[in-house]
Amino acid sequence: MTFTIPIDNGDALKNAEADSQRTLYPYVTGTSIVAIKYKDGVLMASDMGVLMASSLCKFKGFMVDNECAGSYGSTLRYKNIERVKAIGKHSLLGASGEISDFQEILRYLDELVLNDNMWDDGNSLGPKEVHNYLTRVMYNRRNKFNPLWNTLVLGGVKNGESYLGMVSMIGVSFEDNHVATGFGNHLARPILRDEWRADLSFEDGVKLLEKCMRVLLYRDRSAINKLQIAKITEEGVTVSQPYSLKTFWEFQAFHNPTAGAQGSW
Amino acid sequence: MFRNQYDTDVTTWSPTGRLFQVEYAMEAVKQGSAAIGLRSRSHVVLACVNKAQSELSSHQKKIFKVDDHIGVAIAGLTADGRVLSRYMRSEAINHSFTYESPLPVGRLVVHLADKAQVCTQRSWKRPYGVGLLVGGLDESGAHLYYNCPSGNYFEYQAFAIGSRSQAAKTYLERRFESFADSSREDLIKDAILAVRETLQGETLKSSLCTVSVLGVGEPFHFLDQETIQNVIDTFEKVADEEEGEGEAEPAAPAEEGGDGTGDQDVAPMET
Repeated sequence: MTFTIPIDNGDALKNAEADSQRTLYPYVTGTSIVAIKYKDGVLMASDMGVLMASSLCKFKGFMVDNECAGSYGSTLRYKNIERVKAIGKHSLLGASGEISDFQEILRYLDELVLNDNMWDDGNSLGPKEVHNYLTRVMYNRRNKFNPLWNTLVLGGVKNGESYLGMVSMIGVSFEDNHVATGFGNHLARPILRDEWRADLSFEDGVKLLEKCMRVLLYRDRSAINKLQIAKITEEGVTVSQPYSLKTFWEFQAFHNPTAGAQGSW
Repeated sequence: MFRNQYDTDVTTWSPTGRLFQVEYAMEAVKQGSAAIGLRSRSHVVLACVNKAQSELSSHQKKIFKVDDHIGVAIAGLTADGRVLSRYMRSEAINHSFTYESPLPVGRLVVHLADKAQVCTQRSWKRPYGVGLLVGGLDESGAHLYYNCPSGNYFEYQAFAIGSRSQAAKTYLERRFESFADSSREDLIKDAILAVRETLQGETLKSSLCTVSVLGVGEPFHFLDQETIQNVIDTFEKVADEEEGEGEAEPAAPAEEGGDGTGDQDVAPMET
C-alpha cells in the first residue's frame, strides 16, 4: 500500500511517474451486485463474470510507460470469480469494480477480523462496524486521489438485527433495505422499490433477486448467465453453487431484427 | 516504607524480584482520597469522597466521563489521572469514529494497562501514580475494572481504592453477592453507604461525595446533589428512628462493620 511520491517536483499528483503509482482507470472489473434484506437476514446476488479492459499503451514524450490513454472496450476474461465473500461471523461483502482492489480490501478485512478474534473476549465486529471501517478506508483513499475502484455492498446479521449498506469508491456510504451497484442502480432498484417487502421469505427473496439479475443479464453487456446468491442469517453464511437463469429469446422482434430498420434513421 | 538501595529507578530489580518504584507508585494510590465502584449485571456506579485542599478551594474532580458507556474514578496523583482519562477519551472516540460503535470497555482497559506497563520498563519514565476504577458496558453487560500503576488490571464486582478504602471494602465484601441482581437504586444506595464507611465518623452529606451512574440504556451521568441527599436521607432517617438519636451512625462506621452496632445501622437497609 505504500508508494513513493517523487519529491523533486511539487506537483506530485500531475506528473507521469506519480500517475503510475495511483489508480487512474479500472482494469479488471466485475459488474453489478444486488442485495436485499429479507425475513431472516440478507440475500446478495452477483454474477461470476469479470471483464478485462483492452487498453493502448501510449508513447509519452521520451518515455514509454504503462500510462493508458483509454481502452478499446473489454474482453470477458474470467468467468469464475466469486465477488461475494464472508467476513468474520456476521457479515457478507460483495464488490463490483476493480477486482485487484477488492482483493486488497479482503486483505485489510482479514487483518481486522484476525485482530478482533485475537482479543478473544466475547466481543465481535458486526456488519455495522465493518461497514463503517470500509467507509473510512474508501474515503481516505479518495482524499489521496488514489481510490480503491470498487462499490462495496456490506450485509449481515448480528443479535437478530439485519444490516445492509453500501460504500462507493468516493466514500459515499449509506444503509438501506435493498441496494444495487453499477447497472443494478438503474435496472434493479426500480424493481426492488416496487416489489420489496420487509417480510420476504427466502424463496420470495431469491425470486426477486433472480428477477433483477435476469433484467441485468438481458441489458448489461458485462453480465453473464452464471450467478451466485449468498445468504447470511444469524446462523451464518451460505453461498450457493453457480447456476444460470432461464432466458427467452423467441420474441417476435428478435426473429426479424432488421424489419424496423429500413432506410436511414 | 523503608529506603532500599534498589529503589532508585524503575528498571532496577531488587534481589527478591521486586520493582520498588512500581510499589511506591501503588502507595501513592493509597494516599489519595477514596473512590468506590460497584456493578450489577446492567449498571455500574462510581462514587468518591470529595476532598478539597482547603476550605477556600473547590474539591478535586475524581470521576470522569470517558464515553456515554464508560466512566472512570481515580485515586492518587490526580494529574496523572487526568492525562490517562484524556487518553481513554481519545481511544473511545477514535473507535466510535471508525466503527460507529462503542469501544468495549474490556478492550479499553487492556490498552490502558499496556500503557501503564510501558512506564515500568523504561529508565527515562516513571509509573503513573494513579489507580483507576473503570466502569463500562460491552456486549456481555456491565463491567468494573481496576487498573493499577503496575500495569495489572482486574475485574471486580465491587472495589474501593484510596485512603480508608479498607472500611468500604469490608462493607462491600459483606454485600457483594447481591450486587449482580441489584436494582439501580439499591446499587446507588450501597455505593453511598460504602462512601460513608470511609468517612470514619464524619457526618455524611451530599456535598462530601460525588456519585455517577451508567447502565444499559442509561448513558454515563453524575447524580445531582439533591438526588444524593435524598438517598442519604432515606437511611439516615430510618437509622434515627431505630437508634432514637443522631449520634449513632458516626459511631457505627468506626467499628469496621463487623459488629452489632455497625449492623444496626445497616440492618434497616437490608429489609
